[in-house]
Amino acid sequence: MEIDPFIFRLSIFILSIFIGYYVVWSVTPSLHTPLMSVTNAISSVIIVGAIIAGLAGNSESIFNVSSIFGFLAISLAAINIFGGFLVTQRMLQMYKKKKKDK
Amino acid sequence: MSANLSAIFYLISGILFILALRGLSSPETSRQGNLFGILGMIIAITVTFLSIGSFSSGFIYVLIFLLVGGLVGAFIAYKIPMTAMPELVAGFHSLVGLAAVFVAISAFLNPGAFNLGSAGNIKLGSLIEMSIGAVIGAITFSGSIIAFLKLQGIMSGSPITFRGQHLLNALILISIIVLIYLLCSTQSSNLFWFLLVVSFLIGFLLIIPIGGADMPVVISMLNSYSGWAAAGIGFTLENSALIITGALVGSSGAILSYIMCKGMNRSFFNVILGGFGATEQSSTQNKEQRPVKSGNAEDAAFLMKNASSVIIVPGYGMAVAQAQHALREMVDTLKKNDIKVSYAIHPVAGRMPGHMNVLLAEANVPYDEVFELEEINNDFANADVAFVIGANDVTNPVAKTDPQSPIYGMPVLDVEKCKSVLFVKRSLSPGYAGIDNELFYRDNTLMLFADAKKMTEDITKNL
Repeated sequence: MEIDPFIFRLSIFILSIFIGYYVVWSVTPSLHTPLMSVTNAISSVIIVGAIIAGLAGNSESIFNVSSIFGFLAISLAAINIFGGFLVTQRMLQMYKKKKKDK
Repeated sequence: MSANLSAIFYLISGILFILALRGLSSPETSRQGNLFGILGMIIAITVTFLSIGSFSSGFIYVLIFLLVGGLVGAFIAYKIPMTAMPELVAGFHSLVGLAAVFVAISAFLNPGAFNLGSAGNIKLGSLIEMSIGAVIGAITFSGSIIAFLKLQGIMSGSPITFRGQHLLNALILISIIVLIYLLCSTQSSNLFWFLLVVSFLIGFLLIIPIGGADMPVVISMLNSYSGWAAAGIGFTLENSALIITGALVGSSGAILSYIMCKGMNRSFFNVILGGFGATEQSSTQNKEQRPVKSGNAEDAAFLMKNASSVIIVPGYGMAVAQAQHALREMVDTLKKNDIKVSYAIHPVAGRMPGHMNVLLAEANVPYDEVFELEEINNDFANADVAFVIGANDVTNPVAKTDPQSPIYGMPVLDVEKCKSVLFVKRSLSPGYAGIDNELFYRDNTLMLFADAKKMTEDITKNL
């Protein structure tokens, strides 16, 4: 009997939870805020679904109800992607070590 | 691009996201980690475009919407003050949630575009996955909006409770499960819309009873939800990048919630059921006034000048008063006088995990002077002065001594073991837990009643 592809996706999902568990425990507590903003940014990879939805309309009807929701989702996810990564970068740039010559 | 090839690229972008989180294990590697994350995102988006292949005229609109969102996001990222980070993160969570809902709606209306069957005849597995994604997305959205309003101060931070609240929530949660079941058997679009409305409602109801200082748990929890929503959509779209990311974000948020709950010695359910701090307030009002020693900036400066080591304990009040820069200037002056200064951060100080660390980093405080509770708690006994600025409950010795106290068992900073304690506070009002802080009445405590920023500046002048 063939294995349902769903099982493979479920395996990826469960293994990723374990990876996430160990990786996140190794994050230093002082970087918990950047952790939240970067997880925010990467969870916006949901934009791939939004792009598929946005491009689903054919040339006569680019804007149908389904693709409009896709376009809106693209914008929302894009706010998060750009905002999330940039604000994380801005925060991380501030974390400096003690200057040695002090 | 063939489906197999794009699946491999999605896997690569998923791995890059793992490396992005891995980079955060130390500040040195974190910036590189962030670049991995950006690279992963670029790969995922490019592959999506290439896999669709036929560049219809819709493509230009995709770019326009992408660009508009991107510009808004970049603008926010550069303008936002660091003190507003909790609001920003809550706001961003709401967007992920809403995006998940929109993608689910889109997939429900036009399942053909996603290879999920045809409208009214969607594959059962996909329908369940997209319903779960949409429900969690909707809860994330409305819950984050409430968290945002509470953090922003537009909505009162105090818990909103009413009779039968938990019963109502339980009924709604059950109705969501029933609705998903009915939706799967009838494929009716009316049920789908109704499911969304109910989910928005429960997100709203779940967060209103939770008070302001429990926001670190709420934000972490919503962070987790946004991940599970993304994973739900990932299953629907059969996209491994989305599944991997969803799982990473989901477990990340869950771990942060756990750390925050542990920092308050409360169970997750105790926080989620809400209403904390609302009941005890009345009893404290009848208490008689006890004597406290209060001083001014000169007294504080005198104490610190004669100290050889000072430990700073910042809290949410520092963020509210925007006192982090003034604080660093004070510390610079202390250091010039060869006084050893370090910072002690309680896990739940502020309104989100790591909130204080970011503010101190913004004020150019080197991160190797900032310590977590376990690292520094033994040092208080050897320090001369503890300078508590904007923190309250996390220093209350009652948590160690009084089993009747609502915060009993919560790990606290052993501030009272210092030779002297300087406590910057605007008044004697109790903290979030609604209880008096024993520390105020100790012989070695000097209360400095003032705005945190102003007091810090005055002390610097007197040093």
